[in-house]
Amino acid sequence: MITAERKPLEEIIEYIRPFQRILLVGCNECVTVCAAGGRKEVGILSASLQMSFLKQGKNLQVREHTLERQCDPEYIEELTPMIDGVDAILSMACGCGVQEMSRRFKDKPVFPAVNTKFMGASERQGVWAERCQGCGDCLLGVTGGICPIARCSKQLMNGPCGGSTTGKCEISPDVDCAWQLIWDRLKALGLEDRYERIIPAKDWRPGRGAGPRKIIREDLAE
Amino acid sequence: MEEFEPVIVAFCCHFCAYTAADMAGSLRLCYPANVKIVRVPCSGKVDTIHILKAFEGGADGVYVAGCLEGDCHFKTGNVRAAKRVIYAQNLLDDIGIGGQRLEMVNLSAGMGERFAEIARQLTEKIRKMGPNPIRNMTRPLSEAAVQIPKEQRLQ
Amino acid sequence: MKTESVLEKVLKSGNLAVTSECGPPRGAAPEKVRQKAELLRGYVDAVNVTDNQTAMVRMSSFAAAVILRQMGLHPVLQMVTRDRNRLAMQSDIIGAYSFDINTMMCLSGDHPKFGDHPMAASVHDIDSIQLVQMVRKMRDEGKFQGGADIENAPKMFIGAAANPFADPFELRVARLAKKVAAGADFIQTQCIYNLDKFEKWMEGVRNRGLHEKCYILAGVTPIKTVGMARYMKNKVPGMDVPQEVVDRMAGVPKEKQAEEGIKICVETIERLKQCKGVAGFHIMAIEWEQKVPEIVERAGLYPRPNGVI
Repeated sequence: MITAERKPLEEIIEYIRPFQRILLVGCNECVTVCAAGGRKEVGILSASLQMSFLKQGKNLQVREHTLERQCDPEYIEELTPMIDGVDAILSMACGCGVQEMSRRFKDKPVFPAVNTKFMGASERQGVWAERCQGCGDCLLGVTGGICPIARCSKQLMNGPCGGSTTGKCEISPDVDCAWQLIWDRLKALGLEDRYERIIPAKDWRPGRGAGPRKIIREDLAE
Repeated sequence: MEEFEPVIVAFCCHFCAYTAADMAGSLRLCYPANVKIVRVPCSGKVDTIHILKAFEGGADGVYVAGCLEGDCHFKTGNVRAAKRVIYAQNLLDDIGIGGQRLEMVNLSAGMGERFAEIARQLTEKIRKMGPNPIRNMTRPLSEAAVQIPKEQRLQ
Repeated sequence: MKTESVLEKVLKSGNLAVTSECGPPRGAAPEKVRQKAELLRGYVDAVNVTDNQTAMVRMSSFAAAVILRQMGLHPVLQMVTRDRNRLAMQSDIIGAYSFDINTMMCLSGDHPKFGDHPMAASVHDIDSIQLVQMVRKMRDEGKFQGGADIENAPKMFIGAAANPFADPFELRVARLAKKVAAGADFIQTQCIYNLDKFEKWMEGVRNRGLHEKCYILAGVTPIKTVGMARYMKNKVPGMDVPQEVVDRMAGVPKEKQAEEGIKICVETIERLKQCKGVAGFHIMAIEWEQKVPEIVERAGLYPRPNGVI
């Protein structure tokens, strides 16, 4: 999922300070899973903001609504009847959702309430870790299912470097050395020989290298 | 000058805290009427949103009362509650209400005396702190609730 | 001979080579480079110029290497993949060669977290092994990584680093094999204190004949104080300092520790001379360059072979 964390409250308050009526929109997918911007978090942020404004002697009207997703225009349409009654939109979705809201509601200021972090997976309850950087040309098939780009601090494709210590990265004992993980996997699968194959310099064009990316499916696009 | 009477909301777990409150009642122990008890099946049922709504509705103090450590009827509900209380305390500091108005307490079903003692102690603590800064400005709790459109409400 | 590199000449002749290191200053202070480098003249075959070592900004290794070359010394241009993409690296390589610099080292680089700009974005467009491949393609095929021809292609003698003391140990010989397969001509190792472990690694290296495909220079660093020994043991990733070494340093009074450190260094060199496959030594005396001549002499490595300035 795309993970995110709620922005510091004071930053959010700064964004909406000039407004009296806001639409606070959550998202039912990724940000719900990582407890950053789902229906519950919308309720919590709404209460927090209203109390904070009241303390300053101001009234803030918050219209709360959680969409199935904010990255599809069809779902954003649901908000159309509510728009005239608000002065600004505060979105708890990832950056994709915030931008789609901005695209649809051109004359309303749209603010992000969360900092979008990374594409990751749940390690266990309450803990999410980075797994993918969207390089566009997945090499998980040759590295035993562990990504050296997302999980190696230096994105080495022929690691490990000389800083690997007891299976941990030189930057922190809390970070696994991706190449230790890859080597362990290759061993477990009986594929040790693969380690010495040199992975050549990466073509970054499928990644960010060729500019902002788009996928067009001719069979699906109208 | 009128003395300030704090409103304290106490989320009490059914198996320990609420039973202790019951016992305090049977023992005819006095504890302040400021404490409004909300019975929950487990302290782990209490979430940040419930705590916030209590303050939003004008409560001056809130406490979450669960079983003693290791004795939770649902194993670790009280552990989760304790973590959420810490999270909510930090949030209350950010909001400006103050995390000291919120506490987690642990007691067992037989501790009627202790229940009354906690109620007295926390009432006094909150009395000294003064009222919730937004107390007189809030709408009643029923209005502060989430606006669920009629067609989506559970019937 | 693949190149005009003096280091290659010495190694090929069968003599034990000696290299050392010169860390550029944290400012536009060319005099500092000259002073440090001058201490080494005549005692080493080539001088490594480090590249933003420990992720702290310093004068670029390119600039410092040019200064060294203009003094008549032979620099080894170190290049890390952390700070430059492949365009900038190839550009610097042909630039360096245009200043008659013909020896270089390909490294990944320490993570910015350790340095003075932890907020910077790392590049790592290619890794150190891919860099070795790229430089070899420039030299042997006369082509840029992208495929186009290079006008007067740089003939670089290509080095890489090896760390027999990092984890996992079982991979360390295979990693060397990868670097050799990519085109590394010579290797400099992390500084050696744990001789048993190093000799074990060398055994693996010899079993695969890697010592015949590339020249291995054993890294040594003289310890100045027992505090330095402890620091390296506990705080530096990839460094293996056995307790006996720390104890030995602790066992002498403070004013005698520097001398003890030099003694340990010279003894290490003497023992490594007996280790088959070791083709030379890389003496890293960081901020203690003035001791290098003494170490070279006491280790019986002076004078350097004829023809080396």
